[in-house]
Amino acid sequence: MTTLAIETSGLVKTFGGNRAVDDLDLAVPAGTVYGVLGPNGAGKTTAVRMLATLLRPDGGQARVFGHDVVREADAVRGRVSLTGQYASVDEDMTGVENLILLGRLLGHGKAAARARAEQLLDAFGLTEAAGRQVKHYSGGMRRRVDIAASILNTPDLLFLDEPTTGLDPRARSQVWDIVRIVVAHGTTVLLTTQYLDEADHLASRIAVIDHGKVIAEGTPGQLKSSIGSGSVHVRLREAHQREQAEQVIASALATTVVLEADPVALTARLTAGQDAVAAEQAARALSELAAAGIVVDEFSLGQPSLDEVFLALT
Amino acid sequence: MTTTTPAPETYSPVAETLGAVLSRESRPPRPGALSASMAFGWRAMLKIKHVPEQLFDVTAFPIMMTLMFTFLFGGALAGSPGDYLQFFLPGIMVSSVVMITMYTGIEVNKDIERGIFDRFRTLPIWRPAPMVGYLLGDAVRYTLASIVILLVGLVLGFRPAGGFVGVVAAIAVLVAFSFAFSWVWTMFGLMLRSEKSVMGVSMMVIFPLTFLSNVYVDPATMPSLLRAFVEINPISHVVSAVRALMAGTPAASELMWVLVAGVALMVVFGTLTMRLYNRK
Repeated sequence: MTTLAIETSGLVKTFGGNRAVDDLDLAVPAGTVYGVLGPNGAGKTTAVRMLATLLRPDGGQARVFGHDVVREADAVRGRVSLTGQYASVDEDMTGVENLILLGRLLGHGKAAARARAEQLLDAFGLTEAAGRQVKHYSGGMRRRVDIAASILNTPDLLFLDEPTTGLDPRARSQVWDIVRIVVAHGTTVLLTTQYLDEADHLASRIAVIDHGKVIAEGTPGQLKSSIGSGSVHVRLREAHQREQAEQVIASALATTVVLEADPVALTARLTAGQDAVAAEQAARALSELAAAGIVVDEFSLGQPSLDEVFLALT
Repeated sequence: MTTTTPAPETYSPVAETLGAVLSRESRPPRPGALSASMAFGWRAMLKIKHVPEQLFDVTAFPIMMTLMFTFLFGGALAGSPGDYLQFFLPGIMVSSVVMITMYTGIEVNKDIERGIFDRFRTLPIWRPAPMVGYLLGDAVRYTLASIVILLVGLVLGFRPAGGFVGVVAAIAVLVAFSFAFSWVWTMFGLMLRSEKSVMGVSMMVIFPLTFLSNVYVDPATMPSLLRAFVEINPISHVVSAVRALMAGTPAASELMWVLVAGVALMVVFGTLTMRLYNRK
């Protein structure tokens, strides 16, 4: 039996008449990245705020490393850190001042707090920006100083609430790398995101939530295979052969074919549950295309993306 | 204004360096209530350092208030601005300092909107520490405002009979009371949704309290209903206590009033503030 970092049962939070979190059950194994995926307003942030002791649940139970988030809030606070959607650092203060402040609040003496701050700034590539006010930082730097603040005392559980929303691709991949390193050192990460590829890249398990409820849960692979075995993507040499190709593929695979915006591209969703069958079907489609004299430039069999999972479920 | 030149993003996280800072070994013990509060007080000082414009309200504003009312009312009420000043200066000092206490609520509200509040609230520290920190920083601002007004008064001819000791004691009482009074604003800062509404409510509270007092005129001249309010208004008692200390004739009963009012404000609004803080 693996230990659970987070365990909730029937968790509820209502705001007025709106049940933001509605009977939420989660079980997050320790030492992993657990993705909570959902559209805007699905209740992700509300759930995280309850788990981080910022918000009192209206019903149900939540435990973090076995501690009840309401009755033993202080014990929970000693083991978690939160990096919220908005930078949880003081924009008027410099990077080094922010970290020194946090260090002192976590019990370090003046000199130790400064040493720790400098060490963290160095590890996050922020030494040069240490003396600048955070409001002059780029989005990526701001996010890094924020994460640095969250690991000032390495937490056992780190909440990352949409950590890459609004970041450029480079800063995003930096955050991903940081998350991987942090989790490799034994910290459990609860990651909320609306980006499916992010959950796919980082999380070992994912809960898809909508309207405050878990609507699907499992490994990224399980979620994908639950909705079908993928799609066949075809790219033709000649645009005028597309209609013919559409008919050939539709009859070979007994499925509907979608014409892409690109005038030479088509996509067919495979419906069968087994990958072996899918490959076989795809091979037949390809040979029939060749037999019909249609020149194919590119042919690929893709797993369903989490986007498709998402759209199929919500 | 610092120039914004975002460095080219050449950073890539290195597993070794980053891994080295991730350690569970050297966790210091939790800080005590006092050191946590002092850390937040240090933050308030840093904010003054980085945004010195915010000192405008504790320098220019009190100077303006003092000059304006001394010369506006002085001739009519006391024969000359110089004579009025002897009566008026302690009052305008109290009035100005109490008025600037309302910025506390605005600061609290701004922090909530920005999200740094969430970080503070997830720390395993003495719960009231962030609030006490704001107020410690504000106490410095109140002291500064008091000194500015005193200097303006001295230049204009204010001569306190209580001397240095009396004046210092008077300012100490005023700052201590303002610290207690500020808990009203921390509560509103947590309760109200936006900076603007905090500002609006603050005005509604502060104007009657400071104007319907004995700051500007002798309450004996007021209609009885108004006088009844003025006489129970805690601000009037603070003014009387400060006036008496500056005049070198400390009034024990007024000081007692201030003490009781201060403790009551802290107990009531401090409790409400912390309830809101924990529930938020």
